[in-house]
Amino acid sequence: MDLLSQGEGALFGDPSSNRARQFFADKPRALTDKVMTVREAVGRFVHDGDYFASGGFGCSRIATSVLHEIVRQGKQRLQFAGHTATHDFQILCAGNGLGRGATLAAVDISYVVGLEARGLSPHARRVMESGEVAFTEWSNFTLALRFKAAAMGVPFLPARSLLGTDTFRYSAARAVACPFTGERLALVPALYPDVAVLHVHEADCHGNCRILGTTVSDLDIARAAKRVVVTCERLIPNDEIRRDPSRTVVPFFCVDAVCEVPYGSYPGNMPYEYYSDEEHLRHWLAAEKDCETYRAFLEQYLYGVTDFEEYWQRCGGLSRMQELRRQELLLNRPNGETG
Amino acid sequence: MSVGYNAMELMVCCAARLLEDGRTAAVGTGVPCAAAMLAQRTHAPNLVILFEAGGIAPQLPTMPISVGDSRAFHRAVMATSMADIMETCQRGLIDYTFLGGAQIDAYGNLNSTQIGGEHPRPKVRLPGSGGANDLASLCWRILVVTNHDRRRFVEKVDFLTTPGYLSGPGAREAAGLPPGSGPYRVITDLAVLGYDDGTKRMRILSLHPGVTLAQVRAATGFELGVREPLTATDPPTSEELRLLREEVDPLRYVIGRH
Repeated sequence: MDLLSQGEGALFGDPSSNRARQFFADKPRALTDKVMTVREAVGRFVHDGDYFASGGFGCSRIATSVLHEIVRQGKQRLQFAGHTATHDFQILCAGNGLGRGATLAAVDISYVVGLEARGLSPHARRVMESGEVAFTEWSNFTLALRFKAAAMGVPFLPARSLLGTDTFRYSAARAVACPFTGERLALVPALYPDVAVLHVHEADCHGNCRILGTTVSDLDIARAAKRVVVTCERLIPNDEIRRDPSRTVVPFFCVDAVCEVPYGSYPGNMPYEYYSDEEHLRHWLAAEKDCETYRAFLEQYLYGVTDFEEYWQRCGGLSRMQELRRQELLLNRPNGETG
Repeated sequence: MSVGYNAMELMVCCAARLLEDGRTAAVGTGVPCAAAMLAQRTHAPNLVILFEAGGIAPQLPTMPISVGDSRAFHRAVMATSMADIMETCQRGLIDYTFLGGAQIDAYGNLNSTQIGGEHPRPKVRLPGSGGANDLASLCWRILVVTNHDRRRFVEKVDFLTTPGYLSGPGAREAAGLPPGSGPYRVITDLAVLGYDDGTKRMRILSLHPGVTLAQVRAATGFELGVREPLTATDPPTSEELRLLREEVDPLRYVIGRH
């Protein structure tokens, strides 16, 4: 294939499928009990300088507890896949620019600093405009394909987007002519994160996972990452997994740690469980406007709590979680009408 | 005009009318979602809505806040992955997509990455492509809904995030983008615009009630042609307004923003 053009963005991570195979050759496969606390999982599996990926969709089905713990433990110089990242990115940015070093060193961007209709994060903007974080541009599909290539164990996949734009120019993609048809294609390199985190509805102690609703890129991220931490709303018995194996979307051998974290996507949405806490998210965005206010906010909600449960207790506790469950299940609508 | 309405309500109605029955539309939250919901309740009951996070044909109970939240696959026929949705676009099955951006140029190219400065040191960092680059590359017809002012309608976008007709006729095909796809309509608070078949430059199709040609040109930072005969946009009907206010957006998430 002739190389027609090449993006000038930096390529973070190693797309080599052979080197990834060498890693996976030594990855444990035994059906062991991997249940541990979030603190232990982050301590053992997230290392300074790692390439990190986070599942879900920004503020839906995100592993908030692990994101908080990464910042609380002061992990440094992570590279991050800014794939549909909204509140997850906002949390990681709390580790930059506030006198605690730099949690983020580099970002593959498809979507960052925004929270969709909720507006832009003032602090994430400060971090990304500071020059201390390196970044390369992508799109949602091409980052999804980079995970998919890694999940397939191949070094790249072709796409028909990116072409002709500055997004391509500042990416690390390459354009080639298809060897079969001559059509011009963008090739995107495999992305094997060192560590990834997913929040799922149910998992057994070995890491067999069930997800309800849209899967976004989680199934590929779980297969692409070298180490995977799973948080789940509920632990379930292995017998239940075996009773209905068609519901398993991530098999245990992809997973290194399983943490049971009820309300684990809070303040994000968890399909069929609880809706996003828009009030708390507005409060978070407002606190970011001023660095001093934001430091105090983070002290109250992130650094000053010992674990995730204490965080959501400070955000209204069980009665707030019940209200968000009613919102999710549309129980507050007149006559229980569901649309 | 027999009934009062605001600019946002008119924009949603204009967008809804462009969506043909039996077609597919990849939409985002806000105006696009409201437009698709209104179209389903008027002339296009068989319009299929898709959200990039994986929702196919949801029956939306309320406006989703995120394209990834659980409303975006409420009573859907399938909850799948982002790659599955984008691959469906890439196969050529998705007719419309709706996009926005901080800047748009005469060829419909969009910027949602940065304002000012040189990459990688922007003056203002914006979210980036998200799914916009992919949807604009892979869906057949791109619709843009945006407010109309000189800050947005610029001669040259600061960063070409998402492809319109790029530099003009033949440029999409030369870059490798799928033939026959591209910008279709731009709906603003002043007018409905389309593209000249020959030059691929934006031009005005209809002016909203009470808006003058001079006003639209003054709000546009590039030379803007007109498709003759220039018509007036039909105002919302009372039925459109009723559906919009009572069924589509009773909490005024979208139509309250004007």
